[in-house]
Amino acid sequence: MALLSIKKLTKTFGGLTAVSNVNMELEQGELVGLIGPNGAGKTTVFNLLTGVYVPTGGSIILNVDGRQKSLYGLKPYAICKAGIARTFQNIRLFKDLTVFDNVRIAMHQNVKYGLLSSFLHLSSYRKEEGKLKEESLEFLQIMKLDGKKDELARNLPYGEQRHLEIARALATKPALLLLDEPAAGMNPAETAQLTELIEWIRKQFRLTILLIEHDMSLVMKICERIYVLDYGMLIADGTPDEIKSNKRVIEAYLGEDVSNA
Amino acid sequence: MEQLLQQVINGISLGSIYALIALGYTMVYGIIKLINFAHGDIYMIGAYIGYFCMTTLKLDFVSSLLIAMVVCTLLGFAIEKIAYKPLRNATRIAVLITAIGVSLFLEYGTMFFVKASVRTYPALTGFLSGKLQFGSVIITMQQILILAVTILLMVTLQFIVKRTRIGRAMRAASLDNDAAQLMGINVDTTISFTFALGSALAGAAGVLVGVYYNSINPLMGVMPGLKAFVAAVLGGIGLIPGAVIGGYLIGIIEVFVSGYGNSMYRDAVVFAILILILIVKPTGILGKRSREKV
Amino acid sequence: MKKLIGIVLTFVIIQLLISTNIINSYLQATLATICINIILAVSLNLITGFTGQFSLGHAGFMSIGAYTCAIIVMRIPTVPGFLLGLLAGAVMAALVGILVGLPTLRLRGDYLAIATLGMAEIIKVIFTNLEITNGAAGLSGIPRFVNWAWLFVFTVGTIWLITNFLKSSHGRACISIREDEIAAEAMGINTTKYKVTAFTIGAFCAGIAGALYASYFYFLKPGTFGFLKSIDVLVIVVLGGMGSISGSILAAILLALISTLLQAFPELRMVIYSLLLIVIMIFRPQGLMGSREISLSVFSKLRGLLPSKKGRE
Repeated sequence: MALLSIKKLTKTFGGLTAVSNVNMELEQGELVGLIGPNGAGKTTVFNLLTGVYVPTGGSIILNVDGRQKSLYGLKPYAICKAGIARTFQNIRLFKDLTVFDNVRIAMHQNVKYGLLSSFLHLSSYRKEEGKLKEESLEFLQIMKLDGKKDELARNLPYGEQRHLEIARALATKPALLLLDEPAAGMNPAETAQLTELIEWIRKQFRLTILLIEHDMSLVMKICERIYVLDYGMLIADGTPDEIKSNKRVIEAYLGEDVSNA
Repeated sequence: MEQLLQQVINGISLGSIYALIALGYTMVYGIIKLINFAHGDIYMIGAYIGYFCMTTLKLDFVSSLLIAMVVCTLLGFAIEKIAYKPLRNATRIAVLITAIGVSLFLEYGTMFFVKASVRTYPALTGFLSGKLQFGSVIITMQQILILAVTILLMVTLQFIVKRTRIGRAMRAASLDNDAAQLMGINVDTTISFTFALGSALAGAAGVLVGVYYNSINPLMGVMPGLKAFVAAVLGGIGLIPGAVIGGYLIGIIEVFVSGYGNSMYRDAVVFAILILILIVKPTGILGKRSREKV
Repeated sequence: MKKLIGIVLTFVIIQLLISTNIINSYLQATLATICINIILAVSLNLITGFTGQFSLGHAGFMSIGAYTCAIIVMRIPTVPGFLLGLLAGAVMAALVGILVGLPTLRLRGDYLAIATLGMAEIIKVIFTNLEITNGAAGLSGIPRFVNWAWLFVFTVGTIWLITNFLKSSHGRACISIREDEIAAEAMGINTTKYKVTAFTIGAFCAGIAGALYASYFYFLKPGTFGFLKSIDVLVIVVLGGMGSISGSILAAILLALISTLLQAFPELRMVIYSLLLIVIMIFRPQGLMGSREISLSVFSKLRGLLPSKKGRE
């Protein structure tokens, strides 16, 4: 049974159909790409998967640890609890909080002590805060941000901010990680580094990853399969080689004339 | 039946006042997304200027009205330049707090200079003190005056907004500030003009209220200001027709609650309407739903 | 440990000053106002400064605590009666906090502000029209049980509990809502639950402040708890810095002193307050402390400058 099973996913905003009858399946451990021209609806799909938008139709089924769960209509925090984490196209870090706090907050859903303990700082508080600190530092070490843990997120250079977003998403201990243009604004060297990092975290955390990206070098290198979206509809899916030579895909990106030339 | 009609007539008078004030709120909110807390106090200043004109300067109604409108226009313009413009890019909470500050400044500043005691407008003379009577339904000339002035001002506003360049600039800027700037619209001037226009209307409302209810005090702008804001939200914040519809609706509802229910609760009812609207349909009667892009 | 000593010392010193009447009854009233305002400011800061929910109706919660406590303690005029009244007041305020919070917390920024303002006005109208609260005339002769000890305990207690809360994961969840609500939800935080939690805690504390007010100043009327009172508290929070507990404490003390000085000129006081709001927002929106706290490391640095037997640097 696939980890994530999306059938006939549709989203309309008034008269505009942003996403139409999209079908996708992700097996556990896969690294899949979602590409398409600007405005194709890729981030909308992410927003539907994470509950930011409620679908107009279709179904989203998540299958983790043998348990199936429909994500349709769930609020974003519930979807995060179910095992999906994401990064944002326009970085949404907690800018005025420290790097450390950004990651710590992402670990909140697994915190077991209650309000009483938080008011009185009982032993359960002290024990768990200690654990939180350790685990957060581990995530920061992976992203090489542990040295800057007390720095405000807004003061990090752009590339490190993107890394922090990934660290934060990882800290929610997801089964499925959605990365929204993680390489945006990066130069080739940084992109190469990021490519390695994504491969590494996939193995290390046994993640399934769905990736939106415009940088084709990244996509073609690490994605095992690719879905192509255009005007809200799936126009192709397959391996990188298949996609590269797919006529409809070329048309969508470059226009009909070029593909006929 | 006749009582009902009388209430409706009273409601229309009150509604006219709320509509005039609500227009200022809605235009400013439409263009810079600010709830101008101080707007109700500009209405109050208008009432005081009118009072000053009619008592000390012994001017007639029309001159007083015009002077009050001019003074309020300048005041609104000044407030925008001094207090709101520096905060164009600040958080909404920051601007709201500043607006509260301006409001308090106007209220207590006025109190400091003219004392908090209630003052009475001189009664209107001549045919303006008459009334028409249909059975037991009375329409005072003052009520007709209010309606006439309100309609005149609204028609003028409509003309400005729909037929002049600056009006078009206002509409463009309220839809998309950045795009308007890129199209060569001087958004600063447009915003100042919007404030000036709204303040002029509020000033007029102040004088009309002074004439109609006769008594004024430095805190008279607080409740009507809040209720006019509720009216603007009810009709659809940012939409000029919405302010008019909302204003008359709130005016009529308030008069009915006072007349048929318990006048003690009439303020509470207006606020309850606000909360209801914000929960059920925050974009108001005429508004359209909108989403934040993630 | 050093903090504890400092706290006990503060209590003892001021108690002595009161007992010897150096702090006379006039100054004692100022002291009470400071304590009550600290509780109000710290609790409003939790809602507005830390969780980012703009509440203009804090006085409404205070009035619920005040009236509930007054009604109970007037019927059971003993210390346990007062404590019961205080607890009941705080709980009632908290319940109304939940009631207010749940429907309105989906609103953003200015709309939430106006909705909370409306709620407080509705509460005021209700209190003005109930028999049990004696309407506009108010309640007088409320038995006075509150003295410096009670004020101190509740003020320090509130500060301690809220500071602890903000240092916990639950507190951080609230803060993340202020930072970026959508990101917070995406990270698994039930933002509605935490907004309501912040509101409820804030309302509970405001209820305590109200009860203390009732049993110290022994006279209540609905007009005391209007928009102006909410603004008073807001000015303290803004001046101190939205997001700084120590800022709220500092500002509460500062503004109480200014208030006392200007007592003869109430309009001037409000004019100054209003100018303060405008000037702070334009020139220093982070207030006195921003979102930083006074740390005791300042004091240890000072100590390091003094000559000492142990020869520290």
